Amino acid sequence: MNSRPFGDLTPVPVLALGDVLLVTLPGELHDGIAEQLQQDITHRIAQGNTSGVVIDISGVEIIDSFLGRVLAEIASAARLLAARTVVAGMRPAVAITLAELGLTLPGLHTVLNTERAMDLLASPRSPAQEGT
Amino acid sequence: MTQASPDTATISLPIGSDADLAWVRQRVRQTAAELGFGLVQQTKLVTAASELARNTLVHGGGGRLEITALAAGPNRGLRLTFLDTGPGIRDLQQAMTDGFTTGGGLGLGLSGAKRLVNEFCLDSRPGAGTTVTIAAWASGAPSPRSGAG
Repeated sequence: MNSRPFGDLTPVPVLALGDVLLVTLPGELHDGIAEQLQQDITHRIAQGNTSGVVIDISGVEIIDSFLGRVLAEIASAARLLAARTVVAGMRPAVAITLAELGLTLPGLHTVLNTERAMDLLASPRSPAQEGT
Repeated sequence: MTQASPDTATISLPIGSDADLAWVRQRVRQTAAELGFGLVQQTKLVTAASELARNTLVHGGGGRLEITALAAGPNRGLRLTFLDTGPGIRDLQQAMTDGFTTGGGLGLGLSGAKRLVNEFCLDSRPGAGTTVTIAAWASGAPSPRSGAG
């Protein structure tokens, strides 16, 4: 295999800010790394002391159905472990493309930026935020 | 980083791994940007390419992508052809249906990709592999589309 600038297989770091996990997705995410991230986040939540997960996707240039499924499943697994997931910073072009693709990402809570995500997670839970 | 050649020669990229998918996305975006595609158009085309390249990898057992620049008068376009020699698709109509999946995805790969581009052509026979060709234009489709679908 020849080396390429996109051959980076470093796991995505998961930072803890109090009881919130903060994950910033890189612009280019390999499928395998996305699946590993799903496991990392779920295990971190299961260790305790996590009430929320913020996934910053402001650097993500495309979301296809694979990454969309991974994000939805992270939120779904987190909910089962009593943590809320908020996806922050989707680019307009990505939102337009997802809408046209028909990817609705049910159960995924989105906000405009990480600041709003932290505010949301700091607020008391309301039934509307629990998703279905 | 290699520079795309200025002429309209076809570029061929292998699709055999996760890293190849990333490389496909980068090359498609770069080529579309050079041809004057806007940001939303680039994003749609790269997303479609990502879906189709993953199909080539997961369902076709790997294959390749051919990228060809198109010109119709002043309008510039891009044709992407995804080829594999895998098992092929048994039921094309079913495969194109939203929500149908055999690969554990969301079942939006083929149908979603079709919605994101100006032209879409799927050719597959069981045992003979699959070829998917899509095209997109920087200023929209160059001629009114006939009823062909």
